[in-house]
Amino acid sequence: MRASARGMALLLAGSMALAACASDEPAGGGGGGGGGGGGEAAEELQIGLAYDTGGRGDRSFNDSAYAGAQAAVDEFGGTVQDLSPNADASNRADLLTQLADEGYNPIIAVGFAYGDVIGEVAGQYPGTTFAIVDSSVAELGQDNLTGLLFAEEEGSFLAGAAAALKSETGTIGFVGGVETPLIAKFEAGYVAGAQAVNPAIQVLTEYISPAGDFSGFNDPARGQILAQGMYDGGADIVYHAAGGSGIGVFQAAAASNGRAIGVDSDQYQTVDDPALQAVIMTSMLKRVDNAVQGFIGNYVDGSVPGGEDVVNDLQTEGVGLATTGGQIDDIQDQVDQYRQQIIDGEIEVPTTP
Amino acid sequence: MTLLRRVGLALFAPVLAVVVALLISTAVMAALRVDPFQVFAVMLDLGDTPSQQVTAIVVVLNRAIPLFLAGLAVAVAFRMGLFNIGVEGQYRLATIMAAVAGAAVALPGPLHVLLIVVVAMAVGAFWAGIVAVLKVTRGVSEVISSIMLNFVALGLASFLLTGPFRGSPEGASIISTAEIPESGLLGGLNGLFDAIGLANPPRQLYGFLPIAVLVGVALAVLLGRTRFGFDLKATGLSPSAASASGVDARAMVVKAMLLSGAVAGLIGLPDLLGQTGAYTTDFTSGLGFLGIAVALLGRNKPVGIALGALLFAFLDRALVPLQIQQFPASVVTIIQGTIVLAVVVANEIARRLTRRSAERGGAEPSSAPEPGTGAVGPPGDASAEGRPSTRREVQA
Repeated sequence: MRASARGMALLLAGSMALAACASDEPAGGGGGGGGGGGGEAAEELQIGLAYDTGGRGDRSFNDSAYAGAQAAVDEFGGTVQDLSPNADASNRADLLTQLADEGYNPIIAVGFAYGDVIGEVAGQYPGTTFAIVDSSVAELGQDNLTGLLFAEEEGSFLAGAAAALKSETGTIGFVGGVETPLIAKFEAGYVAGAQAVNPAIQVLTEYISPAGDFSGFNDPARGQILAQGMYDGGADIVYHAAGGSGIGVFQAAAASNGRAIGVDSDQYQTVDDPALQAVIMTSMLKRVDNAVQGFIGNYVDGSVPGGEDVVNDLQTEGVGLATTGGQIDDIQDQVDQYRQQIIDGEIEVPTTP
Repeated sequence: MTLLRRVGLALFAPVLAVVVALLISTAVMAALRVDPFQVFAVMLDLGDTPSQQVTAIVVVLNRAIPLFLAGLAVAVAFRMGLFNIGVEGQYRLATIMAAVAGAAVALPGPLHVLLIVVVAMAVGAFWAGIVAVLKVTRGVSEVISSIMLNFVALGLASFLLTGPFRGSPEGASIISTAEIPESGLLGGLNGLFDAIGLANPPRQLYGFLPIAVLVGVALAVLLGRTRFGFDLKATGLSPSAASASGVDARAMVVKAMLLSGAVAGLIGLPDLLGQTGAYTTDFTSGLGFLGIAVALLGRNKPVGIALGALLFAFLDRALVPLQIQQFPASVVTIIQGTIVLAVVVANEIARRLTRRSAERGGAEPSSAPEPGTGAVGPPGDASAEGRPSTRREVQA
């Protein structure tokens, strides 16, 4: 009796440990571009991609980086090797050093979380060219390291302006994935854009998880609850910067006859569900693919700036608004005016809320 | 013969578990049309150059140190039948407090590190102490309260990091506490490789390794060779019997949880003092839960836990080379998962075998309640463990 109770408890503990071991990383990072490993000529382009948690198959950020690398391979030839980290992403540095040891060059770290380790690794491998998406390298002082940054606040400004122009209730919402400085840039631009159109507009703002808890990027259920609260509170358009949780925001929009704004990629095209497509008014595009492809192009030309940040903004079309679906066609002129004003420097978009 | 038999019994369960897990994983890989032998070959291949091989060893050791400490923390409570699921929250909270304390003061080297270690242990013990107090005063199950306190700890750590303890500049993409000054950090141990004539790669071996070993030895002595360790185990086997023989069972709950929490507080320090120098938003999480698996695998004994931690770390390292060789990385997850399940089953089998052989040996029938978690003491501690070993000597 007692033994079986203990056995049950052990099983419980074991299964919890098991759950901790499991990662939601999709069927492995294999299946990269070409055939992999050995045999290539030395000058053949071997691109290394290191993802953060989530790995490939997220239909968003990581996939976009892979698409960029793949496009570069189509253009210049060569292979792509992509790696996903372990469940707690404690081996980020190992991914980079392994790629460097295997001779991959250039190596692109996808995600700001690599910002902690990439400076050190770049210093250890001076002969390899590195880039990191979403993290500034200006202060790291490594000549072989480039930061690929995005002016998310500028794209979000346009999203906010579009939302305010289309809103009938005078209330709009923002759902952030994780309360990090990166996502705060989205919020800051969105609010500023909305207020530029209508200074009296009310913007409801919520984050799914606090800093340090990255579950908010992959929790559609809580995204849906937060967005539902906003629609119930009078908002008619909600913008999300919450990665995989965004699908929940779309579902809440569909359930409330509201509308939503997607993020990163053109989610009207990627969402795969006509009912949800109908609610996606537009998406704030963050062209990670273009940035990655452009960086590899620079590497091939030998024109990588090195030690600097490359900022992809409205001017370089690194960020922007998607028009698929035609829902913002009627306000396109006004959006374009704001776009031009930002490019000309007439509007300063804040980066913190 | 006795010693051989005892060692054999102690090794039986974990070895059986690993073998069964490998068999199951092989079957799964075969079903996935992945060549299991190639996968194992990739796992065992540490690299071509001496520098790569040493790097691989460093990577495994650096990963094993926190896993070892996490396993120890869980095992201390397991030894007396307490399930401290809250190790996760205990170490996260302890690490941020230790990081802040370490950054706030400037002391000469060893003292500075000592302060950080003491703060971490104190915070971990405090957080685990809440669980113990709830259990002895209100009878709250430690499983429930420690799981729930995990959420509180994570929320609290997040609040502290983004609020009062924020040390990173506004707008930095990773939020962190202030950096601990050089005197509070532990340098790498790579000089060791030079000393024994191995290659010295840029990747540094954590300076926390000797401290972790020391903690392991201290716990092995404390649990296996002292009155306290005996009381701990006796209380776990039967609180009422222990009380009858003069052990204060409630005090033992508090002591065990405090000790477990204090060890849990150390889990984050290898990374903190050896690499990051600050607590950040992306500080390694989940070690507390992995510790449960490691403690199970090591059957709650420090040597076993060390081996379990090394095995997990070894499997983890294989993730990267497997992906480079175009194998699915989920293979490693499958092996780790099946090992945990197999350990639970194998421990139960070993427990029954031990009991059966004891009963056949004609020992007193009251020997039934041996815990599935850690029935057999460390080899050679007959003095502390009177009854079971006499029983086996009788049989031999």
